Amino acid sequence: MAKAEDFKTNVKPTWCPGCGNFGLWQSYREALAELGLQPHNTAMVFDIGCCGNAANWHKLYAFHSLHGRTIPVAFAIKIANSELTVVADSGDGGGYGEGGNHFLHTCRTNIDITYIVHNNQIYGLTTGQASPTTEIGLQTKTTPQGQLDRPFHPLQVAIAQGATFVARGFTGDPMQLKNIIKEAIKHKGFSLVDILQPCITWNKLNTFTWYKQRVYKLEEQNWDAKDKEKALAKAGEWGDKIPTGIFYQEQAPSYESQLPQLKDKTLVEQGVQAQDISKFLKEFK
Amino acid sequence: MKNGTKLFTLKIGGEAGQGQQVAGLIFAKACSRGGLYTYDYSEYPSLIRGGLVTYQISVSEEPVFAAYNTVNLLVCLSKAAFINSKKELSDNAAVFYDGDKFKIEPGELPKIRQINLFSLPLTTIIRQAGLLPITANQVTLGAVAAVLDFDRKLLHSMIKDIFGAKGEKVVEMNIKAIEAGFDYAKNNCRIKNYTKLNTKPEKKDKVVITANEAVALGTIAAGCKFFSSYPMTPASSILHNLANWAKESGMVVKQSEDEISAIHMALGASFAGARAMTCTSGGGFALMVEGLALSAMTETPVVIAESQRPGPATGLPTWGGQEDLRFVANTGHGDFIRIVLTPGDAKEAYFLTPWAFNLAEKYQVPVIILLDKFISEGHESVADLTDKKIIINRGKLLTREQLGKIKEYKRYELTKDGVSFRALPGMAGGVHIANSDEHDEFGFSTEGFMPEIRIRQVDKRYAKLPAILKDLPKPRFYGSKKAKTTLIGWGSVKGPVLEALKSLPEGRYNFIHFTAVNPIDAAEVGKMLKGSGKLVLIESNKTGQFGDLLKQNLNVDFERKILKYSGIPFYPEELIEELSLKKATAIKIVKSKKKVKVK
Ligand SMILES: Cc1ncc(C[n+]2csc(CCOP(=O)(O)OP(=O)(O)O)c2C)c(N)n1
Ligand code: SF4
Ligand SMILES: [Mg+2]
Repeated sequence: MAKAEDFKTNVKPTWCPGCGNFGLWQSYREALAELGLQPHNTAMVFDIGCCGNAANWHKLYAFHSLHGRTIPVAFAIKIANSELTVVADSGDGGGYGEGGNHFLHTCRTNIDITYIVHNNQIYGLTTGQASPTTEIGLQTKTTPQGQLDRPFHPLQVAIAQGATFVARGFTGDPMQLKNIIKEAIKHKGFSLVDILQPCITWNKLNTFTWYKQRVYKLEEQNWDAKDKEKALAKAGEWGDKIPTGIFYQEQAPSYESQLPQLKDKTLVEQGVQAQDISKFLKEFK
Repeated sequence: MKNGTKLFTLKIGGEAGQGQQVAGLIFAKACSRGGLYTYDYSEYPSLIRGGLVTYQISVSEEPVFAAYNTVNLLVCLSKAAFINSKKELSDNAAVFYDGDKFKIEPGELPKIRQINLFSLPLTTIIRQAGLLPITANQVTLGAVAAVLDFDRKLLHSMIKDIFGAKGEKVVEMNIKAIEAGFDYAKNNCRIKNYTKLNTKPEKKDKVVITANEAVALGTIAAGCKFFSSYPMTPASSILHNLANWAKESGMVVKQSEDEISAIHMALGASFAGARAMTCTSGGGFALMVEGLALSAMTETPVVIAESQRPGPATGLPTWGGQEDLRFVANTGHGDFIRIVLTPGDAKEAYFLTPWAFNLAEKYQVPVIILLDKFISEGHESVADLTDKKIIINRGKLLTREQLGKIKEYKRYELTKDGVSFRALPGMAGGVHIANSDEHDEFGFSTEGFMPEIRIRQVDKRYAKLPAILKDLPKPRFYGSKKAKTTLIGWGSVKGPVLEALKSLPEGRYNFIHFTAVNPIDAAEVGKMLKGSGKLVLIESNKTGQFGDLLKQNLNVDFERKILKYSGIPFYPEELIEELSLKKATAIKIVKSKKKVKVK
């Protein structure tokens, strides 16, 4: 059995001391270990950002993709080898901005991958520009007069687009976060885990304390995660109170489970042989 | 046509939705089954109903590699079709028009030629025979068969194959339609000394196929298991065919949300260990460019079919050209190798597709198969499409056992040939990062503070070049070694040039056709060109893109450049005229005063 530490390489993280990413990483590693996963049968696709730099300290099969391009890569890894546990990992910038179209449409597929978004409501790596989830009015490098755009609501979008597992975690609650990640990975379908991850360097508004004062747990409210309409409304709640936990979960056949091509063996296991095409030639005669 | 071999060109024109392409293809296959060879070309606008759609097909007793411009039999289902095509009529040509719908007066015919004009009143014929209007195409084909003395049984056998699944009644009705058209034309449309299409039972295993269909078949033959694409003319039929065959072929075919996704999906599947491919046209390829660079940096094999249409921007969506060569050969940020293959016809497209997969996996680089509308949509009757064996070579891909013997696996290990072993997710001991950041041998990100790592990795990726050059399909030489002038072309110009060579004085021209245009093996090409005479460049674009690419690589000059960028393919007649040094009309010529130097 792999331990949480087995998912760590020798590379020292380059995150700022005190960054919310440390807690996120800890919860994630523990979740993988507790699920009995092995580094070699876990594939993880990383974005470009502070979040994505972690490709270097995660020990597993990592694909460090381009900015915004984690989901399509992860989608196809799962199709090619459906026996792998596949996780896509990005920031709010890459996930909801640059990669927004992939997010919109992959929710609809119900492919069995887990999508982890480090939502620090800012562009961290590129030194503090506004992100799709930046609060109205926040002054950033690119919005010196204050952000005018309304924030993106990832959970509402995901529910509306047909995602079958939609949750929010907070790095300040590692136990809850670990459990959410475990449930998300166990869920057979597309799982979004949006994680409130304080960026202590560039986001001076949405700090650890700011979140701490606002978050409350759905699981302590007797929340029924099967009710889609309620979940949609709940996912829009943002302000003095911010709910965390599993908002919505629905059991539905995953994308890859509906492909007859994968019935007997994964695509990779099927190997590559020269295929006889004579049966397809008939229609050209 | 040389040596009296019959060459005959039929053109059917009408509105979109009138089914002339379907009818044309039935005729093409019937000819092919009757021992004849065909090549077709279709023009249509980017709309669904109305407008003008034409289908033209050249038929010959010997293999024909391009559609001819000169029309011997014109079928007009709309007046617009007549107006558009009348200038192409040959002497003693026949014109059928749907006399129930519109009229063509003899005075409207081109004056300089003898032309046989006949009304083919489709509605009347259909009504009198008690048929449904949907059979109009078959009536037309029957009439065509009548004037050509063409064996109707070949048409009947096509009808049986196409409509068989819909039941005997449908088959019967369509055969009846052919007979009705045949009888009408036999009684009403007599032409003196007209072409006879003599057929004979075909012994060869022939297919009537486009390069897109051949690429799709090649994709299956190559053992590709994952295909992701976003539709774009003229590439879409690759996607359509593969989607259609997916259940039987076992390939997973995904229409992605956009082309950015399409290429990243292909990269994901490839990273996981499946052979993967995508297809698009120039506009979609523009969106894929970042993925091309990602393939190069992560050394993840990928095959991309790009079928060109005229640009820039949306351009002429349903027309053709060779305008993307400079783009695909140079695009992508940073320095990296990409291979560009340029099949000239369906058969080359079929064999180059598995070849592209082998190259992609052996060298862990992106490979582009560059097609264009002319071959992507032009059906050619080909004997023995599959006569060569398909070889699979996955390069340095580790098995679990091989990986187990490696103490410390390095995904980007520095090797002499620049290629490092691939381990796949799921294999114990092979955990690594496929990294879009510059990286060390293990895949860990590196910074410019360690320039030696960066330099070694760049050099490693480029160390693949010599072996790649050896492994590419060689330019192919056609004609006499002694010819004074050498024609140079790539991709789809092959067909029209080969056709033109049939009619040009023997020994005057030879032809070098390139099926791999990037990277260029300067030494090899130099050797081929040594001793050749003047060079004439033939391309379907404005600026002579391949000429420029050759010049970048070796000291060559072109006596003339024959460039066409109207969206219409080169017609053999145009090239014959052009190369006979008569005044050109339809094509643009750029003359260069410089002498040819080959070193
Ligand atoms: C195509 C492209 N555009 C822009 C960038 C520059 N860039 C890198 S990361 C990033 C934003 C990072 O923000 P986020 O995704 O929220 O991740 P974080 O750093 O906050 O974890 C940007 C704009 C890039 N690498 N690629
Ligand atoms: S910039 Fe912000 S998100 Fe990035 S490592 Fe520092 S604290 Fe974390
Ligand atoms: Mg961010």
